[in-house]
Amino acid sequence: MQLARKESNTRKEPKKRLRTRDFHRISPGWNIVFNLIAGLFAFACVFPFIFVVIISFTDESVLALEGYRLIPSKWSLGAYRYIFESGDTLLRAYGVTIAVTLIGTVVSLVMISLYAYAISRRNFRYRRFFSIFAILTMLFNGGMIPTYMIVAQLLGLKNSIWALVLPLAMNAFYVMILRTFYSTSVPDALIESGKIDGAGEFRIFLRIIVPLSLPGLATIGLFSTLGYWNDWFNALLYIDNPNLVPLQSMLMRIESSMQFIQQNSSNANISMAALQSLPQDTARMAMVVLATLPIIFAYPFFQRYFVQGLTVGAVKE
Amino acid sequence: MGSFFKNIYRNKALLFMVLPGAIWFFFFSYLPLAGTIVAFKEYRFSRHGFWASIVRSEWVGWDNFKFLFSTDDAFTITRNTLLYNIAFIVLGLVFAVLMAIILSELVSRKMSKIYQTGMFLPYFLSWVIVGYFVFSFLSMDRGLLNQILGWFGMERVQWYSDPKYWPYILILVNMWKMIGYNSVVYLASILGIDKSLYEAAMIDGASKWQQIKGITIPMLTPIMTIMTLLAVGKIFYADFGLFYQVPRDSGTLYAVTNVIDTYVYRGLMTTGEIGMSAAAGLYQSVVGFVLVIFSNYIVRRVDRDSSLF
Repeated sequence: MQLARKESNTRKEPKKRLRTRDFHRISPGWNIVFNLIAGLFAFACVFPFIFVVIISFTDESVLALEGYRLIPSKWSLGAYRYIFESGDTLLRAYGVTIAVTLIGTVVSLVMISLYAYAISRRNFRYRRFFSIFAILTMLFNGGMIPTYMIVAQLLGLKNSIWALVLPLAMNAFYVMILRTFYSTSVPDALIESGKIDGAGEFRIFLRIIVPLSLPGLATIGLFSTLGYWNDWFNALLYIDNPNLVPLQSMLMRIESSMQFIQQNSSNANISMAALQSLPQDTARMAMVVLATLPIIFAYPFFQRYFVQGLTVGAVKE
Repeated sequence: MGSFFKNIYRNKALLFMVLPGAIWFFFFSYLPLAGTIVAFKEYRFSRHGFWASIVRSEWVGWDNFKFLFSTDDAFTITRNTLLYNIAFIVLGLVFAVLMAIILSELVSRKMSKIYQTGMFLPYFLSWVIVGYFVFSFLSMDRGLLNQILGWFGMERVQWYSDPKYWPYILILVNMWKMIGYNSVVYLASILGIDKSLYEAAMIDGASKWQQIKGITIPMLTPIMTIMTLLAVGKIFYADFGLFYQVPRDSGTLYAVTNVIDTYVYRGLMTTGEIGMSAAAGLYQSVVGFVLVIFSNYIVRRVDRDSSLF
């Protein structure tokens, strides 16, 4: 009797499991909890941007009364109109950022990809030396002050667009990622056959390596595009000339001159006048939106290649 | 000697390719290393350029270091740099792994992708932009947070002049910016785990929770160890943007927002104490170097392929 019951139990169990519990998945309840957690965090990540967009479309006059609201009582395009009417500085800053980003990305891609190619070639006699020469730079860091002295004094790049381009141009870490990428995606035999056909190193690089390593190059290119677009630190150190101030740095300068006026002016009338000469709250938020917009548009590319980039470096020689 | 030139000639194309990068490394990585000797000098900018400035500045031995370590600043900036980084490493690890597991277990793949897209966004924004975002919440008279406090009948808070909130704010903002990116790193390795392990566990009747505990987390341990050790190697370097832009360089907050990097920057650009800030910079470089070597040595022992060198 007992035995029979046991048997029937074991027979029943798999059926029951299949119906109520799927081991591939978490239970529906937990799925809801997980969705809530991930969804809320994802929303929290996007929300500040949406909020700033809302502020930029708020009417300046209601801002003073009710502060930054999610649903302002009066909407306005005034901030954007202000920017496009008096927008010489903004336009120029945009121009500087675009120029620096384009030049910088090209320069750094050329330098990084050539360096990586040379040290990936087995027949390069000084391969070991230049590999170590690059790797060592990941270990130490002279620091801000000696670097500043060299860029500003020795190279004389203060107030030059190259002070925004060169300090970010090379990166040993990217060199190593790309070297690994070449050696995994381009078979040695292909390079050898190119050599037999009489191609020189440059021709091999352009005709064989580059076409086969496009995903790797795209990843590194996007890394550096983003680095240049978001850079404000080099402008903070090396740029005083208002005509050469990039976008991010301009946003920073507006903010600190606001604070300076608010904190240091004892005469209320002067400070009011000075404050009014600066872009108003909504206009500043509109500039933040305009500075972020290109990243939002390029986002699908970034996301695709960044995730890919994470795995590119994972395979090591 | 003849063979040396012959070798150079034979490798001329490849040498030509490394040349731009090698020159860059020389000027931007190796020469600054030599420039750290200004930490032992009373530095004066000379009109005659870089070399003249270095040569003409007087040697002062360890004086700059003595001054630096006799101030409270040395302790404050070291403490802030270390404690913040420890908090970032520990909390970052826990939350990023949790989020990665959550994302990998969601039933709907499509929703998982949508959430990832959202979480990834802050990583792409500069600290200047993030600084503005934070300001829209913390502004004294207009910020969202003070409005919310107002609804509950509470006093407005002067966020940008009260140091006691800032350790939490900075940790929160840094987590907000970094967790999305880090969890995608972990998610990539969760998706790389051999599916047959889970199938075997299912045949043995292991529940999803047991699978997470028994397979996912142990399989993630190597990459968790490596990411943590690499972060430990950088523990003496702070993210300048976070500590400079997000608190809006507010002087009253320096006690809790000043880190080695911001201290060095202010010495160079605002207070003009170049000797002392160069000493702080060298102190950072030396300790940082030791930590990188040390952590890389351990990474190498855990997993040879993941070490930097």
